[in-house]
Amino acid sequence: MNPVNYLYLAALLFTIGASGVLLRRNAIVVFMSVELMLNAANLALVAFSRLHGNLDGQIIAFFTMVVAAAEVVVGLAIIVTIFRSRHSASVDDASLMKL
Amino acid sequence: METLIGLLVAAPLLGAAVLLCGGRRLDRTGHWIGTALAAASFLLGAVLFADMLGREAEDRTLSQHVFSWIPVGGFQADVAFRLDQLSMTFVLLITGVGTLIHVYSIGYMEHDERRRRFFGYLNLFLAAMLLLVLADNYLLLYAGWEGVGLASYLLIGFWQHKPSAATAAKKAFIVNRVGDIGLSIAIMIMFTTFGTFAFSPVLESVGGTSEGTATAIGLMLLLAACGKSAQVPLQSWLGDAMEGPTPVSALIHAATMVTAGVYLIVRSGAIFDAAPAAQTAVVTVGAVTLLFGAIVGCAKDDIKKALAGSTMSQIGYMVLAAGLGPIGYAFAIMHLVTHGFFKAGLFLGAGSVMHGMNDEVDMRRYGGLRKYMPITFATFGLGYLAIIGFPGLSGFFSKDKIIEAAFAKGGTEGWILGGAALLGAAITAFYMTRVMLMTFFGEERWRNAPTPSPKEPSVEPAAETGGEYEVPHPHESPKSMTVPMIVLAFGSVFAGGLFSWGEAFVHWLEPVVPFEHGHPPVSALTVTAATVVALLIGVGAAWLQYGRKPVPALAPRGSLLTRAARRDLLQDDFNHVVLVKPGEYLTRGLVYLDHKVVDGAVNGTAAAVGGLSGRSRRIQNGYARSYAVSMLGGAAVLVAATLLMRAV
Amino acid sequence: MSFPLLTAVAALPAIGAVATAAVPAARRTAAKWLALAVSLATLVLAAVVAFRFDPGGDRYQLTESHTWIADFGVRYELGVDGIGVALIALTALLIPFVVLAGWHDADPVEEEAAPGRRWRPTQGFFALILAVEAMVVISFAATDVFLFYVFFEAMLIPMYFLIGGFGDRAGARDEAEAAKQRSYAAVKFLLYNLAGGLIMLAAVIGLYAVTADQLGEGTFSLRAIVEARASGELTMAQNTERLLFLGFFLAFAVKAPLWPLHTWLPNAMGESTAPVAVLITAVVDKVGTFAMLRFCLGLFPEASAWATPVVLVLALVSIIYGALLAIGQRDIKRLIAYASISHFGFIILGIFAMTSQGQGGATLYMVNHGISTAALMLVAGFLISRRGSRLIADYGGVQKVAPVLAGTFLIGGLATLSLPGLAPFVSEFLVLVGTFTRYPAAGIVATFGIVLAALYVLVLYQRTMTGPVRPEVERMPDLRKRELAVVAPLIALLVLLGVFPKPLTDIVNPAVEHTLSDVQKTDPDPEVEAAK
Repeated sequence: MNPVNYLYLAALLFTIGASGVLLRRNAIVVFMSVELMLNAANLALVAFSRLHGNLDGQIIAFFTMVVAAAEVVVGLAIIVTIFRSRHSASVDDASLMKL
Repeated sequence: METLIGLLVAAPLLGAAVLLCGGRRLDRTGHWIGTALAAASFLLGAVLFADMLGREAEDRTLSQHVFSWIPVGGFQADVAFRLDQLSMTFVLLITGVGTLIHVYSIGYMEHDERRRRFFGYLNLFLAAMLLLVLADNYLLLYAGWEGVGLASYLLIGFWQHKPSAATAAKKAFIVNRVGDIGLSIAIMIMFTTFGTFAFSPVLESVGGTSEGTATAIGLMLLLAACGKSAQVPLQSWLGDAMEGPTPVSALIHAATMVTAGVYLIVRSGAIFDAAPAAQTAVVTVGAVTLLFGAIVGCAKDDIKKALAGSTMSQIGYMVLAAGLGPIGYAFAIMHLVTHGFFKAGLFLGAGSVMHGMNDEVDMRRYGGLRKYMPITFATFGLGYLAIIGFPGLSGFFSKDKIIEAAFAKGGTEGWILGGAALLGAAITAFYMTRVMLMTFFGEERWRNAPTPSPKEPSVEPAAETGGEYEVPHPHESPKSMTVPMIVLAFGSVFAGGLFSWGEAFVHWLEPVVPFEHGHPPVSALTVTAATVVALLIGVGAAWLQYGRKPVPALAPRGSLLTRAARRDLLQDDFNHVVLVKPGEYLTRGLVYLDHKVVDGAVNGTAAAVGGLSGRSRRIQNGYARSYAVSMLGGAAVLVAATLLMRAV
Repeated sequence: MSFPLLTAVAALPAIGAVATAAVPAARRTAAKWLALAVSLATLVLAAVVAFRFDPGGDRYQLTESHTWIADFGVRYELGVDGIGVALIALTALLIPFVVLAGWHDADPVEEEAAPGRRWRPTQGFFALILAVEAMVVISFAATDVFLFYVFFEAMLIPMYFLIGGFGDRAGARDEAEAAKQRSYAAVKFLLYNLAGGLIMLAAVIGLYAVTADQLGEGTFSLRAIVEARASGELTMAQNTERLLFLGFFLAFAVKAPLWPLHTWLPNAMGESTAPVAVLITAVVDKVGTFAMLRFCLGLFPEASAWATPVVLVLALVSIIYGALLAIGQRDIKRLIAYASISHFGFIILGIFAMTSQGQGGATLYMVNHGISTAALMLVAGFLISRRGSRLIADYGGVQKVAPVLAGTFLIGGLATLSLPGLAPFVSEFLVLVGTFTRYPAAGIVATFGIVLAALYVLVLYQRTMTGPVRPEVERMPDLRKRELAVVAPLIALLVLLGVFPKPLTDIVNPAVEHTLSDVQKTDPDPEVEAAK
């Protein structure tokens, strides 16, 4: 099978993730969409690795996974904390980032 | 012998340092220390004088190099002294009169709690003045020049709690500074032209430069002289300087400091000889000032201010003579010395009168004092006869010679100058007779309480003591004050005759100050006769006005000229309108501009940046999703840009 | 390898600063004494530097050189010429007086009232002063452009805290207003100088690029660049040189400060305490004029000649403008600040007159202005602390109640107006003469500055010290012993350097000759050979 198809799949996954981040308000769903984007990137990396015939892409993909795992831990913790204090997981309620 | 020259300056300088830093513990002895050091300086001067007389005329000049002051590249300023006949004359005058005035001040300032400081300042003045006349280069002279300015500032403002005294002191210093610009620029031109500013090299090589340069230097030196010697147009400070204690007026503002300008011109004679245009300027300034001062002197009711007008006028004579070139230099100095005697004597006499009259200065509140103060009357009278040029007394010899020299200038110029000098002599006789009559003759006007003065701002209101008028008890002053007056009176009587004996004074100065006989268009005898006639007219007119008729205790309104003369011929009004007011507006305008425009531009930039940031802050609305959109947009733009670059 | 003397002069106050900052909160007095001792020890070291320096020897002496950032050719290179020695000596000399004068300036206002509001203010104050000293010394000694730049900029940090954190308590009606003014002044100071510094940074990088391009290996070493220029190895395109010159000059002109970049100075000096104001104008600002002399003229001789007419005009404007504004001030400290602007005009005029008298005079001027302004400003500070007001109109008749204070104030003022016999006269006259020999018109215009100086000084003295005694000053005490110990040595120095400046000119003259040869100028010859 042509490895380029994996790249199309990665692009599709990334688009789905991105629209999820932009359109959904529930923090958990946004979060999952972010993960989807990350995995899309991973898929692309692995595909490129295969295309070019070296292992660099796969190694970076491993790094990404590790970082993503760390991010999940912190991110979920934040979401849970926000949910506890506000009884809502809507990202639009938490607009404290502005000055 | 050379090493003694520095000590001349050092002695009073030491006195000043000790008295000013010594603190209260010297309050009891300070005046003695000050007087002793002034006298020491005089004795040193006398020793050096005796030594000088013992040598041939040609090698009487002594010089002493003390140390290198400011050496930078070609600019070599040394602390070096030069004692020749000209500076010797000044040394003796300064230390002699200075010592007498120290003695006088012991009595005069007896009740002043800051007497120690007063003597410190007097010593400081002596040191600076000696530095001025002993310096062997223009920069060191400049140091002395500003030093006397400082001493004069401190002494005019000695009674600093009086706002008028503080203002007068400030005015004197600032007007003098305007003159100092002249001296600075003259030194700069000298350095640029000759690469040096020591007396002998500059004066000897003046011939090598263009007349234009010499004229520029000459005019700048004249500006300096105008400031220090209170000549028109920088004369306005001298009248106000009478706010200082009377011994100060006698020493600084009559006998010594104000003659520094004459010294400068005579010392720089070679420059003026090479610059006829500058000489014309000098004689013009002299002639104008001698009339100006005389006219002001006629209108003043304040005894010290009348004498100040007279000082201005007499220095005008000296400047006039100094501008005449070799026919006048020596007479300028001779008049300077005799004037030093009689004017100091007159001021001390005025001080003695004030001492006995509760510090009253308005001559309209005097009258008939000769009975109460016989010694003051006698010494003041002799000074009076000397200044008006009564035949046989000092002033006669010196002033007559100047008038002769003025005529000898030749041509129309000579007639104008001579005429002005003669007219000045008549007016001098008038105003001095007026002072004499109002003070020592006539009714005893001080017995009645002063009537409140009408609205005439220029006339000093009589001392308002608040409640009851206290009738003064005129009395003779203590010995410490009368003795100096007597000594000075001797000088006023005999100095002129002594100097003129076989032209002794002229020949004494001649190796340093060139001399030529002037040839007036009429015989010398005619000039003398004219001088005496002018004198008699002046005295007669004054007697008609103030001797025959009683003097009103309140100044009459007077003619337009009188009123203008009372206001110093509107000099202050002129300065106020032309300089002070515009200056104030300029300063205020600049302060406003600095705040609004220069600083405003900076603050404006800051505000603009702030405003812009405020606007761009709105984009940060805090919604995570909008940030995500901008991130996505940014990424898209980046990708697009990369692709585009590839394509190109 | 000889003892690194210059590093020691800078390191001692730096270590002292850390030590002072570490003194426990309760031991305030110990911190003061420690700071004083350190500053005195630094003075001793600086004196050693001055004595070890041989005026007839090499141009740069006591040199040290170590690699710092090898990749960019940055070196830790120190070395002093006569000008540097004079200014290091001035800095080391003034700091003990600054410390002594500011003895009580940083005492906590009401320790009980505001517990923990400030973290040990006294320790901080003196530590910051010492830190400034260390940085200024390095700036004067650095012969590596990058090294200089780093400390030139780093100086802003302690200065910012000194201005913003320890303001004059006498200024405004209430504490809140005072704090606002203070922070405005501090931020203004910082922004102005940072802006100048950033432009300079660009020029520093540009300089590196030029050297890397032409010499093969980039360098920041002043000596190397000057040598390469002299030997023709390094040539700069006209426009490049001019742009780089402007980058350096702007930074120094802000620091100096030159009209119209001066407006931060009156605010900074007005709002800070008197010792800090002295630190600003007498010490830190001198780095600006010093750097013009060393870096602008040394690195960019042709561009300097190109800019001279404009710089001279700006300097003249500064002289007259500063003096006129000083006359118009109502606040004592702002008046002194504007007077300083006028004086900086003289210094810059002397530097760009390109004559030995002008530049020698300018160097002397830096030293003398430091001492005279310190004397005047510190006495003004003592006066202000007694009455609690900076406004001239709030005083009157002080000489009657406090004659010593008034007397020292007058001497400080007379020095400011350059009275002969006091040090500033020597330098001012040299600058005037040096300018006049090459640019007579500029010399004449500058001379008017001396009349204006007399005006602002004497008007200030008259309004504050003379006249009838105002009731508010009736009980004003005269100078205390500590205060006299600050003022008396300064006055003695003013007199000494006014009467016998030769030791200083001996050190400075050779350095000035070197600088002049950098820009390939010689003094104009006199028109007429004078008779001897």
